[in-house]
Amino acid sequence: MKRIVYINDESCQDLYCDNRVSNRKYTLLNFLPKNLWEQFRRFMNQYFLLIACLQLWSLITPVNPASTWGPLIIIFAVSATKEAWDDYNRYLSDKQANEKEVWVVKNGVRKHIQAQDICVGNVVWLRENDEVPCDLVLIGTSEPQGTCYVETAALDGETDLKTRVIPPTCVGLDSEQLHRIKGVIECPNPDKDIRRFVANMRLFPPFIDNDICPLTINNTLLQSCYLRNTEWACGVAVYTGNETKLGMSRGIPEPKLTAMDAMIDKLTGAIFLFQIVVVVVLGFAGNVWKDTEARKQWYVKYPEEGPWYELLVIPLRFELLCSIMIPISIKVSLDLMKSLYAKFIDWDEDMFDAETKTPAHAANTAISEDLGQVEYILTDKTGTLTENRMIFKRCCINGIFFGNESGDALEDVELLNAVANNIPHVIRFLTVMTLCNTVIPIKSKSGAISYKAQSQDEDALVKAAAQLHMVLIGKNGNIIVEVFAEINFNGSILQYEVLDILEFTSDRKRMSMVVKDCQTGKIFLLSKGADEAIFPCSNSGQQIRTFMDAVEQYAQLGLRTLCLGWRELKEDEYIEWSHMFKEASSTLVDREWRLAEVCQRLEHDLEILGVTAIEDRLQDGVPETIEILRKAGINFWMLTGDKQSTAIQIALLCNFISSEPKGQLLFINGKTEDEVARSLERVLLTMRITTSEPKELAFVVDGWALEIILKQYKEAFTELAILSRTAICCRVTPSQKAQLVELLKSCDYRTLAIGDGGNDVRMIQQADIGVGISGREGLQAARAADYSIGKFRFLKRLILVHGRYSYNRTAFLSQYSFYKSLLICFIQIIFSFLSGISGTSLFNSVSLMAYNVFYTSIPVLTVVLDKDLSERTVMQHPQILIYCQAGRLLNPSTFAGWFGRSVYHAIVVFLITIHAYADEKSEMEELSMVALSGCIWLQAFVVTLEMNSFTILQILAIWGNFVAFYVINFIVSSIPSAGMYTIMFRLCTQPSYWITMVLIVALGMGPVLALRYFRYTYRPSAINILQQAERSRGPIYSLGMLESQLKSVEKDVASLSINQPKSRSSVYEPLLSDSPTATRRSIGPSAFDFFQSMPSRISSSYMRNCKDN
Amino acid sequence: MNSKAGSTFGSDGATDSSAARRNSKKPKYSKFTQQELPACKPLLTPGIVISTFALIGIIFIPIGLASLSASEHVVELVDRYDADCVPQHLRDDKLAFIQNSQTNKTCTRRLIVPKQMSSPIQVYYQLDNFYQNHRRYVKSRSDKQLKSKSSERETKTCEPEGTTGDGLAIVPCGLIAWSLFNDTYSFSANSKSLQVNKKDIAWQSDKKHKFGSDVYPKNFQSGGLIGGATLNASIPLSEQEDLIVWMRTAALPTFRKLYGRIEVDLEANEEITVVIQNNYNTYSFGGKKKLVLSTTSWIGGKNNFLGVAYLTVGGLCLFLAMGFILLYVFKPRTLGDPSYLSWNRNAAGYSN
Repeated sequence: MKRIVYINDESCQDLYCDNRVSNRKYTLLNFLPKNLWEQFRRFMNQYFLLIACLQLWSLITPVNPASTWGPLIIIFAVSATKEAWDDYNRYLSDKQANEKEVWVVKNGVRKHIQAQDICVGNVVWLRENDEVPCDLVLIGTSEPQGTCYVETAALDGETDLKTRVIPPTCVGLDSEQLHRIKGVIECPNPDKDIRRFVANMRLFPPFIDNDICPLTINNTLLQSCYLRNTEWACGVAVYTGNETKLGMSRGIPEPKLTAMDAMIDKLTGAIFLFQIVVVVVLGFAGNVWKDTEARKQWYVKYPEEGPWYELLVIPLRFELLCSIMIPISIKVSLDLMKSLYAKFIDWDEDMFDAETKTPAHAANTAISEDLGQVEYILTDKTGTLTENRMIFKRCCINGIFFGNESGDALEDVELLNAVANNIPHVIRFLTVMTLCNTVIPIKSKSGAISYKAQSQDEDALVKAAAQLHMVLIGKNGNIIVEVFAEINFNGSILQYEVLDILEFTSDRKRMSMVVKDCQTGKIFLLSKGADEAIFPCSNSGQQIRTFMDAVEQYAQLGLRTLCLGWRELKEDEYIEWSHMFKEASSTLVDREWRLAEVCQRLEHDLEILGVTAIEDRLQDGVPETIEILRKAGINFWMLTGDKQSTAIQIALLCNFISSEPKGQLLFINGKTEDEVARSLERVLLTMRITTSEPKELAFVVDGWALEIILKQYKEAFTELAILSRTAICCRVTPSQKAQLVELLKSCDYRTLAIGDGGNDVRMIQQADIGVGISGREGLQAARAADYSIGKFRFLKRLILVHGRYSYNRTAFLSQYSFYKSLLICFIQIIFSFLSGISGTSLFNSVSLMAYNVFYTSIPVLTVVLDKDLSERTVMQHPQILIYCQAGRLLNPSTFAGWFGRSVYHAIVVFLITIHAYADEKSEMEELSMVALSGCIWLQAFVVTLEMNSFTILQILAIWGNFVAFYVINFIVSSIPSAGMYTIMFRLCTQPSYWITMVLIVALGMGPVLALRYFRYTYRPSAINILQQAERSRGPIYSLGMLESQLKSVEKDVASLSINQPKSRSSVYEPLLSDSPTATRRSIGPSAFDFFQSMPSRISSSYMRNCKDN
Repeated sequence: MNSKAGSTFGSDGATDSSAARRNSKKPKYSKFTQQELPACKPLLTPGIVISTFALIGIIFIPIGLASLSASEHVVELVDRYDADCVPQHLRDDKLAFIQNSQTNKTCTRRLIVPKQMSSPIQVYYQLDNFYQNHRRYVKSRSDKQLKSKSSERETKTCEPEGTTGDGLAIVPCGLIAWSLFNDTYSFSANSKSLQVNKKDIAWQSDKKHKFGSDVYPKNFQSGGLIGGATLNASIPLSEQEDLIVWMRTAALPTFRKLYGRIEVDLEANEEITVVIQNNYNTYSFGGKKKLVLSTTSWIGGKNNFLGVAYLTVGGLCLFLAMGFILLYVFKPRTLGDPSYLSWNRNAAGYSN
């Protein structure tokens, strides 16, 4: 699985693709078939196509085929046009990229060619501010040290400049040589990992020795990066076209399906089954009627012997008649609504972060409803809950604490004195702080030095050291070749040569550097890292007790700690190790692992110099946000790479957990499997016993124990996950974060993962909803996420306002869509009993089509502006989110309510129509128009009754649609060739028509209104109560008196929701849609109803206790 | 080192431009985008709901009374004759009677006018259990053919009555026309014949726009099986009003179609003699045939349904309104009392 690239080989290698970038999904030729194929992969579209095809058979079609083909073609055309437009734009941007002129060496001469003609192996020359056209291995730059700077923002969103260096074998080649360079690069096949490139390069004679030289990501220029601050650079193309790292990582993410979509699909399936049953029953009845009755009806003239398919004709007719049960418009309406929800999020001013000037953005427009159904939030700590603005606050050097009194070590006189007096420990400590990092100092024209750092911690350390007069003034950085780090210390410049960098990885949790003091020629190993990564490497003779205390003490304060250590290396020890290191770094297989192993050999017997403590402040509004969201019944898990004590401290600060005695933390720890297992068992037991107590329990687990648990005790942990509302997982790796998300998802919980850094990407992609904070660690998380927000505090608005409204609106829209389709379908079915079960359609084609596409689709779309409660009320009573979380507004029971309503309304409309228009009035066209008008009148009132708030747009849409119905029908009625010529005029002049309409509305809506009013007043749901409260007392009424109550509620909600294993089965709800009585999870046999009397509640929890004991 | 002097410069420029780009990303404020359009939120307060129901009741009852009285004022005379018009000795096999073209199908009925009927009196025939809305039947017509002479051959939709055995197009084609009702009535009162006006019984719009004035019946009822009435081949379809009325298919299996109008008043207790040519076969499927004489009112014919329904609904609404008032008085609820909130209630449960 290797790719061999011959540098500057004239025969352009056909082996690999050229550099034509193509993001297009379609070509001109395959657009139609491919697009249709994609669209027809959806079940609903297949269904509609089948129906439309059946309609072409005139023997069975009840209406004109146009009534199905029309909407179908429109729907297909709309989505195809959208696809085509997107694809065309992609084509344009591709074309621009492909036709860009670049300098490439051909036959030893530099030529200007189009970017798409670059082949693998070509040497590409770039100038300052050029975009890199493909993935290159750097072989030359204008800088004598062989470095260049790139901006990788387009690739990973990080805005700092990164240093790239040429591989050692190429150092010193002049531009003339670079034109004639020959060699071979051995690199892996294209992959999408933008952080890893493991390859080798060997130059052919006459270029130096044929030593194999290892290449890393630091030797590459990746596509779409920009060359900055470097006059020129050149490199060998290794991956081109769509095979570049960027091209490979592109790709359409797996579409996410919301819980609601799944529910709608389920309901659609149920309706489909129902339809089949209706078709079979009616088809059978129709055939029976035909054989018994119709033979006697001489005027029908049934032939004695029909064709072979005769038995199928009537069922198929009914299939077509009933096909409107599944509304063709629902998909379009839903898509339209969803994109509007997303727009509302983008537009929201209250989620605009003025500080960083970032608006909220919904990258995934399809999952807004899921926001309202979130049950678990898994959050990162650094940068998500905290600002990720690191400030050096305290330190402990050689057992002496600095900064404890003032809270700021930089102002601690003792430290300043120590520095001034050149206390050796302090100086060494500062040296490590200054040197052991990957910060790039940049000197501006005015002489001021600014630092570019990938890690905020390193930035803080270097800046702090600078304030203590040890300034990092320059780094001519290469990793392996000679480089000088110049440190300005008290006016004298110290120079260090960086020999090797033992890089930081999340597994190693430390980084080290081998430097040579240029004055003395001594070689030192400088290390910094997490306490548990550094202390085990310490010199066995050293007392590390005080340092451990220091770490503990700082962590208690919520500070991030780093330990610094050093060791002097003997010349020969270094040289010996250096060989192994070189060897390891040029391996192609498992390079990282082998490097780690080699590093391990050097990192021992360290002398611990001290501990630094860096403060990372909480973001604004984090505690409030967490409190509100927890009240809303959302469970929080904190997943952090930080150490346990820091994590707990931050958790306390932001209301994540409560301190004793209100809350209790349960620790799962242990080093061996047995210990972990026992610990887990103990925690689980405590958890089971105390669930009914009003106490906040949280468990804490660290990465090591988690590793064992996820491997061995997954089931017990799953139970624990269900029981516990809060968890803190510290020291977890990115993949463990993703595993935890996966675990919660497997319990059928809706999860939201929020994070800001590259280490959160996997968890964000794994979760049902991924939210990225566009923060200081770059945009990587924000890009991978479905939603990106500027600050953590916007999360509450995202969930409580946008998520909740989206859920409510979609719940109404989808059920209403079914209601209106079922309504007209039931009328057809009832009518079929009066037309000899022969499958006659009561309505004509035009009416049927217009009913679905216009009359009943447009007014209901304005539900996108509907608000049941004001945003402020929701924020004050976040508990109301339970209605969305539990799916109370869209589930089989509410759907049954709508189903029942459609049956009732169909009966009302039909019976009134046939009785009012009986005998001499029972003319087909008139009667069908009366029934249709009845449906239109009813639906206008249904929408009015179901909407909660009316803006001018809604009123216009509902009643404008009503007027439009009459206008359209008047127009159709005045066309002589139309079937319903003059019908509408005739009807409108009859008083009995209007009387009939009013009767239909009164009889159809009366019971609905009465029932709704009764419920609203005497069995109100929490939503109703708040609506009433909003009106009668204004929104602020409750603060004082509710405060105390709400506090205790939390625990109650906690005990309610954590107690039971998850079961989605919703409890019976009566016919209408918003029943207050249903609880979401059935809680044992007795605790099923909120309305149950208190004694029984208490006894039930008592019973639970007994059981658990 | 010099080469890097420009480095901050360059990167500063980049951040500046990106900052400017971001700045413009700030969402533009409008009431629509912020979902802050002014909205009214009507609530189902007792006042509104009770008064709505009361209002419906108050409005519905008078309308109901008015429709009921209008319907009561309509005088209707219905006579079912399909059974009685078969001679006694043939009643065992009515089908044979009706299908035999030789038998005498004349039948005389005497009707007593119950109340004074003022002209115009509508004469209807009513068929029961006759499925004019059957799919096979309702589609078996060709509107194009009826409309214009040039479309004579458009009989595809008319099967199985599109063409004669020889392939000649039937005009008018289709089962509907073929089964045209062919009973005839002649009325006399006090041994004086009553004129039945058969003009303008069809819709003017149909005569003008649906049935061509240049389309003449052709090959009609010439096949082996005779369905219903024959048509005078010299009269254009637009003048064949019985056909036009028949071709306006009924939506229900029981329907009345206008036969003609009597344009004199009939006195109460007057005896009318009707001579019926009982030709139409409803015996094979047990359908009933009725002759209906009826006056009209603003609400149409005699139909108590609307009146009764209005009175019932109005009464129920008043009843509901009363019920809600009583409920409101005896079981008052404070709207929007937060102590009703389920979470607050549970909290109370714990403190107990």
